[in-house]
Order: sequence, then structure tokens, then C-alpha cells
Amino acid sequence: MSTSTIDPSLRHQRREQALMTLLAAPAVLVIAALVVIPVGWLAAQSIYDNGFTLEHYRRIFTEEVYWRSFALTFRIALMVTLLTLLLGYPVAYAAAHAKRPWNVLILACVMLPFWTSVLVRAYAWLVLLQRTGVANQLLERFGLITEPLAMVHNELGTVIATVHILLPFMVLPLYSTMQKIPRELMLAGASLGGGPLYSFRRIFLPLSLPGVVAGLTLVFVLTLGFYITPELLGGGRTIMISMVVSRNVELYNQWGAASAVGVVLLICVLAIFAAVGRIIPLDKMLGQK
Amino acid sequence: MATIGGERVEIRSASKHYGSVRALDDVSLDIAPQEFVSLLGPSGSGKTTLLGILGGFIQPSGGSVHLGGRDVTYTPPHKRDIGIVFQNYALFPHMSVGENVAFPLRARRLPKSSYAEKVRGALAMVDLAGYEERGIGQLSGGQRQRVALARAMIFEPRLILMDEPLSALDKQLRENMQIELRQLHKRLGATIIYVTHDQREALTMSDRVAILKDGKLVQIDKPERLHDHPANAFVASFIGEATLLPVERAGQDSVSLAGTVLKSARPIAATGELVLAIQTEKLLIEDGSGSPERNRLEARVTDVVFQGESLRVFLALDDGTPLSLRQPSHYEAAGRIPPVGERLALSLHPQDTIIVPKAGA
Repeated sequence: MSTSTIDPSLRHQRREQALMTLLAAPAVLVIAALVVIPVGWLAAQSIYDNGFTLEHYRRIFTEEVYWRSFALTFRIALMVTLLTLLLGYPVAYAAAHAKRPWNVLILACVMLPFWTSVLVRAYAWLVLLQRTGVANQLLERFGLITEPLAMVHNELGTVIATVHILLPFMVLPLYSTMQKIPRELMLAGASLGGGPLYSFRRIFLPLSLPGVVAGLTLVFVLTLGFYITPELLGGGRTIMISMVVSRNVELYNQWGAASAVGVVLLICVLAIFAAVGRIIPLDKMLGQK
Repeated sequence: MATIGGERVEIRSASKHYGSVRALDDVSLDIAPQEFVSLLGPSGSGKTTLLGILGGFIQPSGGSVHLGGRDVTYTPPHKRDIGIVFQNYALFPHMSVGENVAFPLRARRLPKSSYAEKVRGALAMVDLAGYEERGIGQLSGGQRQRVALARAMIFEPRLILMDEPLSALDKQLRENMQIELRQLHKRLGATIIYVTHDQREALTMSDRVAILKDGKLVQIDKPERLHDHPANAFVASFIGEATLLPVERAGQDSVSLAGTVLKSARPIAATGELVLAIQTEKLLIEDGSGSPERNRLEARVTDVVFQGESLRVFLALDDGTPLSLRQPSHYEAAGRIPPVGERLALSLHPQDTIIVPKAGA
């Protein structure tokens, strides 16, 4: 077949595709070098310890320490996710509906913590929440408590600080989705006889669901792998999965065991994305229309 | 579907100020039951503000709105029973056609058993029978428009507001929908207030057209009256395709245009600056057949533009004043147009010699 029989528009389309592939190549290479290879190495290590072995996996699924850590991690992730949704939804709603200077201000307040190191913020929470910290003092001053609450070195502290750190990951996808909901829809709802609550429930809420799912997924997945915050605010008693990994490496020099835990966590995360992706396509979830 | 009980709408001295900007300035309108009234004006004329006040989305700074004799100025939108068709239809994208149309019934907590039949009736009304299960994304622009209409009618609203509902459609479809809306209005007997910036659309469908400018009501009249009896130069320029020329008062019933005296059969304002509004279709090529009292003019042809069903002839009077006229494009009429550069004798009947005060232009 000579090339002259090919439709010129098809040829143009092919050339465009080739160009796009070329443009994406550097990014693909970086990802391959920095993600695929290390993860592959990690996976290999988990099954190779002086010969092929599934010993590390067997221990994960049989030893209670691991089970408890996984259960705790998922419980904390669930709590953090629900709390960020509860706190983030009204903020995103306000930002999406406020007029020009105010919406920027609200978003700036949400983003501000983003620009401070996670470590600094974790220490800040440690100071705020400790026995003689500002939070306890205020609660006592207002007579809400008679004895200082234990808000650090436990699960509660971890949850509070993690919620704060991950709130932007909830607010931003919510805001991006809400902003795209045409204003007339709520006006239409009102004109057709729907009161404010009814119209919200039947129109705004369902249309904001993609953002909700995106936020839930992001926060949940990020919490699963959270390390610094639980390490600092958990006080050594709240052992999340990431800490199990680090302890395996640092204390016991068990790279194989650490890798196996990492692989299991990775599979959990991929499973979550796959499940969510069935409901809402990933590109839509990440705010691309 | 049964006839909708269209109700009287009274707008009394409605105003809306945003800081020092008067978006709407003391507008009063009295709309009869089952009347089709268009609000016509350029952007920024206040027509959308007025619609917002009627719909309950905008609180007026002053004045009141009465619907069927009841003051609804401070009634929230969802308790007004006004069906609104929005510019972009505002259909709910996550609901099917049937669910969209049933929304007002559900919101009113009407018995569920009545939905299916009412939805069927409303969709049949707009020629979309059997479309209940379709998704909004599967519909064409014209079909969305009809769904929006069905949804706004199904609860038998006391008034239907339409905010430039046809502006997103292409010309052909728009003109078909105009005729359909007109017929639908007659069948339904609803009171309809229709916002548009398209004068032809307003003239086609309306019983009366209200012209707004800078937040003020300039004139409200039947389409023919607006065309033939514009209140001032602004209305004359906005309706039809008029050339406005400043003229001098020459007598009780005549004016002088660049030295030529023109008689008018209409009363001429005794004071103030005057403007002659010549609609392109009223300026005729003189062929000796007109009535004896016709005004005569002479001009030079500067350009001829073919526009399909008609030709637009651009002319200049001896002193250079530009004019234009429209000639049907059929063989005989087009044959009367001389080549560019030639002189042409024109006639204008005194009934078509419209003299308006300049104020308001």
C-alpha cells in the first residue's frame, strides 16, 4: 500500500499523536525512574531474602501486631476522612459561593498550612494540645472541663493534627466541583418550588458528589501512609502502618518485612482507587471536568 | 394539560440600586391576565434585574410586585408559583427528562401517583412524548429548551418568566420556536413575561412590548404601535431598521430635512429638538404611482447590498446625509435600483414620516 492512499486527516492525526507522545516522554521517564523502579525493587525485596520466600507476607497475615496496626490505621483514616468532609464541605461551599475577594481569602486560609512544613505543624499541635497547652487552658477557663484532657500522645492527637494537615486535600476537590455547578440550577430549584434545603439535597448535594468522592479518596489514601504526624502526636502508642515499616527498618533492620508491609499497603491503596474509579473516572475525580 | 390560570401582574415603582448605580429606576408595569409581554432593551437596561425581582431572586430597593392581586414583594422564590425558563435552561444534569419535569411536583409533595400522568401530559405539550427516560446530555438544544418549558409549566404556575430562552439556538430553530411559543401561549392561556434583546423576537410573539433603557421604562405598547408611534428617538432606533436624522421644525405638521420640507400626518412635538425616523422599508423608490400628498426626496446611490430576500440600498442626500432603504429582491423591484453613483427619486408617505423628540436618544 502506498502512503498516498492514507487519508490526509488521518495522517495529521497520527503525526499529532506522535508529537504528544514525544512531549509526554520526559515525564514518563521521570516517573519510571523515581516510582516504577523503586517500587519494583521494593516488591522484589519483599519476596527475596536469600532466595524466594513468602515468609514476610505470612507474618503480616498471621501476627497480631500487624493486624492491629492495619486495623488502627484504617480506623484513623476513616475518622480523619469523615472529619475532614464534615469540616471541609462547609468551607468549600462558602468559598464557592463567596464573592471575589472573600473566596480568595477563604482558599488562602485553607492553603496557608500547605506552605508550612508538616513537621512544624505537628510540633505546633503538640504545643497546643499538651496537658498545659492552650487548648486545655481554654477549655478549663470556660469551665467545660475540670481536668486537662489527654489530647496528645494518643489516637485523638493523631486524628486532630492529621485532619488539619489533610483538610486542603478535601477542600480543594470539593471547591473545584462546586465551582462548576451552575448557579442557575439552584435558582431554578427555588423557582420550581424547592425550598433551600430541598434544593440543596436534590440538586447541589448530588452534583457535588464527585468532589466528595475525590476528597474522601485522597484524604483516606494519604492518611493510610501518614508518618510524621502519628509518630509525633501518637506518643509511641498509636502505631500506624507507616511506623511499622520504619521500625522494621530502623530497629530490626528487616528490609524484607518492611517491603512486604509497604507492598500490602500499596495494594490496599490501588484497590481503593480501582473501586472508586469504577464509580467515578479518575480524571473526573482529579478535577478535570 | 388543563389551561393555566394566568394571573394579573402589577409592578409598582420598582427600583433597584447598587450603590449609586440605578439598575432599575421607578418602573411600573401592569400586565393583564394571560398577556404575553416582552421586556426589550439593550444589555444593562434593567430587564434582567426586573426579571430577578419578579422571580424573587432580587430584593427591590423600593416599590412592590403584585401577583393576582397579592403582594409578593417579599415572598421567597419557592413560594411564588412562578415558572421560570432560564437562558441556559438550567436543567438538572443528574436527572432524566422525566425527573426534571417532575421536580416541581416532588418539591410540592404532591401524591406520587399523579406524577407519571402529569409528566406525560407536560412532555406531550412540548412535543416530547416518550422522552421521560432520556438523559439531559442526549438532547439537542431545541429539545432542552422544550424540557425547560415543560418543567416550568407542569405545576400550573401563576406566571411564566422567560429569560432569553431562545438565544442559544440557531436562527432557523429560533424562528420556529418563536412561532411555537406563540401558539403554546394561546393554548395555555398563561401570563408570560419574556426577556429579550432581540426586537424581532419581541415583535413576533408579544401582545405588548416594554422597552427599557438605563433602568427606566421608555415605552410599553403593542408591536405595531411601537413601530409606528415610537415615543422617542431611542425607541425609533431600537425597533426596526431606522435611520435617524435631525430635522428642523418647518410648520405645525412639517419639518425640514437639509432644505427639503416633509409633511407628517402625525402630531409633532411643539418644543425640543426633533428627529426624523425613516424605516428602511418605508422609504420607496419614486415611480409616479404614490399618493399625491407623498413627500419627495432625492439621493445618490452609494452602495447596494444583496441580503437574500431583500436588497439594502445605501443612499446619500445632496449634503451627504446617509439614508438607506430596503427593496425586495424579486426581479421587478430589484430592477428599479439604479447603479451606484446614480441619482434616485424617493418618496415617503406622510403616514410613514415619523417625527420623534430627540430626548432619550
